[in-house]
Amino acid sequence: MSFTLIGKHEKDKRSCRDGYVQAMLELMEADKSVVHVDCDLMGCINTKKLLAAYPDRTINAGIAEANAMGVAAGLTATGKKVWMHSFGCFSSRRAFDQAFMSAAYAKLGVKILGSDPGVCAAYNGGTHMPFEDCALYLSVPDAIVIDPVDYAQVYALTKKLTAVDGRISYMRMIRKGFTTIYADGSDFEIGKGVTLKESADDQATVIASGIMVDEALKAYEALEAEGIQIRVIDMFTWKPIDEELIVKAAKETGAIVTAENHNCTCGLGSAVARVLAEQCPAPVEMVGVHDQFGQVGAQNFLQEAYKLTAEEIIANVKKVIARK
Amino acid sequence: MQKAEKMQALREFAAEIRVETLKTIGSLGFGHVGGSMSIVEAMAVLYGDVMKVDPKNPRWEDRDWCVLSKGHAGPCAYATLALKGFYPLEETRTLNKPSTNFPSHTDRTKTPGVDLTTGSLGQGMSTATGAALGNKIDGRDNHVYVFVGDGECDEGQVWEAAQFAAHYKLDNLTCFVDNNKNQLDGAVDSVMSHGKGIGAKFDAFGWNVIDVADGNDVEQIYDAVHEALTVKGVPTCIVLNTIKGKGATFAEPSAAHSSQPSPEQWEEAIAAAEAELAAVKAAK
Repeated sequence: MSFTLIGKHEKDKRSCRDGYVQAMLELMEADKSVVHVDCDLMGCINTKKLLAAYPDRTINAGIAEANAMGVAAGLTATGKKVWMHSFGCFSSRRAFDQAFMSAAYAKLGVKILGSDPGVCAAYNGGTHMPFEDCALYLSVPDAIVIDPVDYAQVYALTKKLTAVDGRISYMRMIRKGFTTIYADGSDFEIGKGVTLKESADDQATVIASGIMVDEALKAYEALEAEGIQIRVIDMFTWKPIDEELIVKAAKETGAIVTAENHNCTCGLGSAVARVLAEQCPAPVEMVGVHDQFGQVGAQNFLQEAYKLTAEEIIANVKKVIARK
Repeated sequence: MQKAEKMQALREFAAEIRVETLKTIGSLGFGHVGGSMSIVEAMAVLYGDVMKVDPKNPRWEDRDWCVLSKGHAGPCAYATLALKGFYPLEETRTLNKPSTNFPSHTDRTKTPGVDLTTGSLGQGMSTATGAALGNKIDGRDNHVYVFVGDGECDEGQVWEAAQFAAHYKLDNLTCFVDNNKNQLDGAVDSVMSHGKGIGAKFDAFGWNVIDVADGNDVEQIYDAVHEALTVKGVPTCIVLNTIKGKGATFAEPSAAHSSQPSPEQWEEAIAAAEAELAAVKAAK
């Protein structure tokens, strides 16, 4: 793992989907076994570029996600390395029995891509807003669950996950309008969190992923100005979660705040809390969606509505420090 | 080999599969007898003549594939594969016992020769379709056979896969419909009827459809499979009009989905199947 933090809260002119497509163009050129299966959403993540370059290995399964997942598993059984994409709500809920039995249980390592995670579904509204997609995949034995943040991370992890055999993975992906955290060329290891900020004076740790990483970095800056040092971890792998790093943070800082664009009762917050309860009990506060459905609106409105903000992280850091 | 000799050999193989399937399920005492018995003849034709397989190398890349989307017919596959030499017959007698490699529903991670994992109905249709596409992408000269039940055709996923296979012109895919006219809660027509018929549905989805009047007759199945192999540009559906529980004395009259007969009924059924095997051999 070698990364360069940018973290200046600036929007990238590219999209995360460009990171996926660029990685796939390189993978498909180098390896004839790499296949992309889509569900009539190629226009949404620019995979028509893959179709143009590799028409025999870019498969549009139409609006039929359950079958697409099964086809992906069958392709995998013939030796293919297969990515299956739909919106996060459909590549989880709509195709879950197929992901579970045809792929995971059968040890066929389909790589599942779910775009528009959580509030990123924005104007598609509550019907399309998955706060439970990762929860479903967290429940699958041996699955890998990833909530990445930007172009560089999606690019690197697309390549890493493609090489994984015999176990399924689910990766969320913001389509557009994300904030750059890492410089291009940064590398990441599945199952290893990234410590973005740390000092000997840290009073608490914020464990975040996806769009909440930038909010955590904003919270860090605001708290530092108040004289409160915190540690910030990008926990992009939710499963297998980096238990060692969580326990180290709890021992060294004594308090934890989790931050996720997902239902925290069955997501990153609960996963971190399980590790702490078993290995190193410490006070925890969770920033995330608290058992609610999604709704329609602009992403910034939704982040305010569900309190997925730096301000909420700051308030919870202070709250958790007071509980120490 | 002349066709008549070949049919005789396939009838014998089918009679052996029936005996061994009954002994396999009988070793436990209960199980999915009905849907295992109805596809015996089709399995005999596939593994006795049509399919290229290598029992010493079950994952041979150029093999033909067989997927029981109706995964509960696993015991029939286990007996067939054992008779074909994939593993000793006695191993099948561990069916559903602790740590067995022969679970109720077929599992590619456990049983040599089982190509895909099935059990949640409808799913094998999609995975078989994916396997056919993968083989086509790689230009392999092989074929994928998939069995779906008529009750299973209630599942929407069967039809999602059917439209996909036709769209991608998967002529290396053949789907057998085990049209035994019964599902768990009763007659298919009473539980969930199929409109103008399952064959008509496949036809509407763009498939080549062959109706086999007696789906428990090896010669009719043999002819249909070889006809299917000549059809290019579309997948073929072979509707096998079968009898649920065929040849199992306790199961055939009731067309039951699963059976738990008494030990005496098991003995009677196995004896009857063995007598049938002897009669088929004597007819040579």
